[in-house]
Amino acid sequence: MSQSWFELIQQALGLLFSLDKDLWSIIWVSFGVSLAALLITLIPSMLLGFVLAFKQFPGRHFVLNLVQTLQSIPTVVIGLLVYLLLTRMGPLGDLRWLFTQQGMILGQMLICAPVLIAMSQAAFTSADKRAWETALTLGASLPRAILMVSGELRGPLLLAVIAAFSRIVTEVGCSMMVGGNIEYVTRNIPTAIALETSKGDFAQAIALGLVLLFLAIIMNFALGNLRGKNQVRSH
Amino acid sequence: MFNTKHILGAALTATLLSITPVQAEEVIKLATTTSTENSGLLKELLPTFEAQSGYKVQVIATGTGKALALGRQGDVDLVMTHAPAAEAKFVEEGYGSEPRGIMENDFVVLGPKNDPAKIKGSASAEEAFGKIAAAGVPFISRGDDSGTHKKELKIWQAANVKPEFKGYTSVGQGMGKTLLMTNELQGYTLTDRGTYIAYKGKLDLDVDFEGGATLANPYQVILINSAKYPNLNHKGAKALSDWLISAEGQKMINDFKVQGEQLFKATYRQ
Repeated sequence: MSQSWFELIQQALGLLFSLDKDLWSIIWVSFGVSLAALLITLIPSMLLGFVLAFKQFPGRHFVLNLVQTLQSIPTVVIGLLVYLLLTRMGPLGDLRWLFTQQGMILGQMLICAPVLIAMSQAAFTSADKRAWETALTLGASLPRAILMVSGELRGPLLLAVIAAFSRIVTEVGCSMMVGGNIEYVTRNIPTAIALETSKGDFAQAIALGLVLLFLAIIMNFALGNLRGKNQVRSH
Repeated sequence: MFNTKHILGAALTATLLSITPVQAEEVIKLATTTSTENSGLLKELLPTFEAQSGYKVQVIATGTGKALALGRQGDVDLVMTHAPAAEAKFVEEGYGSEPRGIMENDFVVLGPKNDPAKIKGSASAEEAFGKIAAAGVPFISRGDDSGTHKKELKIWQAANVKPEFKGYTSVGQGMGKTLLMTNELQGYTLTDRGTYIAYKGKLDLDVDFEGGATLANPYQVILINSAKYPNLNHKGAKALSDWLISAEGQKMINDFKVQGEQLFKATYRQ
C-alpha cells in the first residue's frame, strides 16, 4: 500500500466533513433514486400483501410462491431484464430510459417490491382477524379498516420497509447495468465504490462505505427498538 | 497446554504447508489494460511463451491506472500499459524499471452515423473534440483513469475545452461497456481501435475521425523494481519482457489479426 490505513481513513473523513461536491452528489443520487423506488412501490405492494393475507382466491399460492422466488433472484438478473426492456432495440426502447435515473428507479422497484409484498403478507397473516371483522361490522369503510389493521402492525410493516430499502440502497448489479454509473446522474454509492476501488483510489470508497455503515447501524437500532417494543407488547 | 487451539493451529499449519504450490516460482502476474485482454492479443501470445519458458502467466486486466497501482503495491510482477506520462512517473518514482516500448495501435473517435457534430474531415483530433463540445452532443467518457481516459483528457486540454459541457457523460467503465453505452446514447467517444474492431458488429456507430499524431497509442512493458519488492518473481517477469521484444514475440504481435485487420504494430527498437 502506498498509503497507510490511518491516512486513508483521515482522507475519507475529510471528504465527508468538507462537504466534497462529488461525494455528496453520489450520496444524493443513491438516496434519491432508492427512496423514489421505495415510495412508488410501497402502497401497491402492501395492498397486495394485505390481499394475499386476508383473501382466498384461485392462484393465491402461485402468486405467493412467485413473490418468494423473486426475492431471491440476484439483482444482476433483474438488471439484465430491465436492460433488455430499455435498450434501443427493446420493447421500451422509445422511452430512452437506459442509463437514466428513471431506468434505475424501475430496476430498484422490481427489486424491492417482492421484499415488501412477502414481508407485509407475513405481517398481515399474523394479525388478529377479529379486529378487522369487528371494524367492518361497525361500518368502517374498507380503506379505514385497512389503515386500522396496518396501524396495529406498525412494527412488522416498518421492518418490511427497512429491509426493502436496505436491499436497494446497497445493490450494485442492477444500478451498474441499467444506470451506467454516469457521474452526477446515475453514479450511486455502490457503483462509485466499485469504480474507485478499480481505480485504486480508496479514500472516497471508504467515505462512501462509512455512509452505508452508518445507515446500517441506524436501521439496525431502529429494528432492534421495534423488535423490543413488539415483544413487550405481546405480553 | 495441549488444548484445541494448539491442535487447530498445528492442523492449519500442516494444511497450509501441504497446499502451498510447489511451483510458486513459476507463476508470473501481469497487470495490463482491458484493451490487450479484450482484443484477444494476450490469448494469442502467452501460450507460446508459456510453452517455451515453462512459466504460467496470470493476467489481471484493468485500466492503466489500476494496473500501475498494482505495480506500486507490489501485487504483480510486471505491467503492460499505455499511458506514457503516468508510466514515466511510475519509473521515476522508483517503482518500475526497464520500460520497453513493445507495440502501438491507435485511437479513433466513434460517433453516430449521421455525425451530428460534423467532425468528419476535421484537421486534428483537437478540432474534432472542439466541434463536439460546441454542438453539445453527448460525449461518453470512460472516466476510469485508464490510458484511454488520460489520453482523452489530454485532447480536451489541447483543444482548450473544459470537459464539463452539456452532453459530457463520464461513466467510469471499461472500454467495451463504454462503447455499448455510446451506442445506446448515440454519442461520440474515444476508443482504441482494437476494442472497436472487437465490438464492431454490435455497434451502430462509425469512425468519424481518425489519424494524426495525437491519436497514436504506444504500449510499454515495465518490470517492478527488485530493490523495492525483492520477493516478486523478477526472473519470470524479465523472461516475459525479453520474449515480448524478441524477434518471435514482435512477429507474433504484427501477425495478430481480428476480423482480418491487424491491431497492433510491433515497435521495439534496440
